Amino acid sequence: MEYEAIIGLEVHVQANTATKMFCACPNNFGSEPNTNVCPICLGYPGVLPTPNREAINKTVLAGLMLNCEIPEFSKFDRKAYWYPDMPKNYQITQYDLPFCIDGKVLVEGKALTGELEPKYIGITRIHLEEDVGKSTHAGTYTGVDYNRAGVPLMEIVSEPDMRTADEAWAYLTALRQTMQYAGVGNCDMEKGQMRCDVNISVRPVGQKEFNTKTEIKNLNSIKSVHASIDYEIERQIEMLENNEEFKQQTRGWNEASQETYVMREKEDAHDYRYFPEPDLMPVVLTADKVAEIKEKMPETPAAKRARFVEELGLPAYDAQVLCLEKATADWYETAVATGADPKKVSNWIMTELLRELSDAGLSINECPITPENLGELLGLIDKKVINGRIAKEVFAEMFKTGDAPGKIVKDKGLEQVTDTSAISEFVIQAIDNNEKAVGEYLAGKETALNFLVGQVMRFSRGKANPNLAQEALKEELAKRG
Amino acid sequence: MSESDIQVAHIAKLARLQLTPEEEAEFQTEIEAILSYVDKLQNLNVDGVEPTAHATQITNVIRDDVSGKTQDREKTLANAPDVADEVLLKVPAVLGGAH
Repeated sequence: MEYEAIIGLEVHVQANTATKMFCACPNNFGSEPNTNVCPICLGYPGVLPTPNREAINKTVLAGLMLNCEIPEFSKFDRKAYWYPDMPKNYQITQYDLPFCIDGKVLVEGKALTGELEPKYIGITRIHLEEDVGKSTHAGTYTGVDYNRAGVPLMEIVSEPDMRTADEAWAYLTALRQTMQYAGVGNCDMEKGQMRCDVNISVRPVGQKEFNTKTEIKNLNSIKSVHASIDYEIERQIEMLENNEEFKQQTRGWNEASQETYVMREKEDAHDYRYFPEPDLMPVVLTADKVAEIKEKMPETPAAKRARFVEELGLPAYDAQVLCLEKATADWYETAVATGADPKKVSNWIMTELLRELSDAGLSINECPITPENLGELLGLIDKKVINGRIAKEVFAEMFKTGDAPGKIVKDKGLEQVTDTSAISEFVIQAIDNNEKAVGEYLAGKETALNFLVGQVMRFSRGKANPNLAQEALKEELAKRG
Repeated sequence: MSESDIQVAHIAKLARLQLTPEEEAEFQTEIEAILSYVDKLQNLNVDGVEPTAHATQITNVIRDDVSGKTQDREKTLANAPDVADEVLLKVPAVLGGAH
């Protein structure tokens, strides 16, 4: 029988505000434990929380970037919560009236293991809540640090629209990209700034209703999400084939063994006992206010990719790679603005620059080469000051020193030799030192010419103009034929 | 509200309260009495009244994203049941939070 998986994701993203959601404590990763706390986030009696304007604005911006509607009226609710990482015994969140609803995000192109047809993944809602503290489990006891408790946390809930691990991978990648483009969250999964829970069930193809789902937690990277989905699909298919009974479970992901394991059986939704937060007044976002936020909205990754393809004539794959990070896309556009050929700039970034950066362990923001200098380098090739081979040498030097290409070419005397008398000398050297190849060429073997051109380049230490070298060679060989 | 709408045993479980059977029965009677009193509200005519979560019409009580004073760690930890590694609140072992 053929099966299909039904996958929905709940993604938590910390908003990168200066302060927490309902109090003025710094929102800062890596501070000394329990130093960014105050009576409000510790839930002392009689305190009054107040929502952070910036956190609301960032959530709305995230929603707009993900094609959401922004309802005029929103409110906060309390959710019963019994773990000690939340000192209040409840979490302030949004139950029925969140800030953003009915969005969608495009996934397309190369995924982790395959190629995706363009597809929209629906976003049910984005609500704003407070993060919980950080627990450290020490066997006989648990230690709690409340620095994170109260940090603004956007929860992005998808529709059950994904069918494969690759689609979930692409959706998460698109979300992270969008948050980074919008500047609303840093989304470093290692720092817990982005966390993902997977809801997944499997059904025979053609069946209309959903089977009982499993929720997977403890996923620390987008790659783990992919691996856990593949594992869970196989596990659930096996259960279906064996007619085993399904219970709604929360399962964890064991990174070491690459398996999911049972954590607990899910409590009913009404056990959270949501009720309107009495300490917080509702939030009204007028159309004017939303328009004001929309005005500052940056181009979405999908729109940028489409523009690179349509206006700059790039292949879709190039656009996908260049737009992965906004900083890379910005770098690319600055280089193209120097007048360089868009596809050539893309080739240099994709084959040379990204490799050098990755080898050096640098981000594009730390790149020693400026985009203007790459533009200048391409200009030197176009004007035939240097040839492509020398250009790679110059590029490596640029990366090492940060110097402008013009300076490097001048200092090292790398200008292409276009002086025909100088080239003639190299041609004579090449012919005199390669009797066998000359003989073959004269006997009619055209390919021997390529070898001889290579020899001319070698004697010129790469600086001869290859076209001129070829012409001069042919001429000289014709005299000897 | 009918009697079956509230189950003290269930509420106690959710609230992590341990009740004796006598307490359970007592609270069940008391809570039902309270709820039936509040139930009188059901007799009000609320035609044309918008549902709301708050009695006031105030909205948008919001603060700017500016950091302020935090509390000294000593003071925070003084309220904790116990302290681990000098800087963490120490609580009985927990496995698997909701987040």
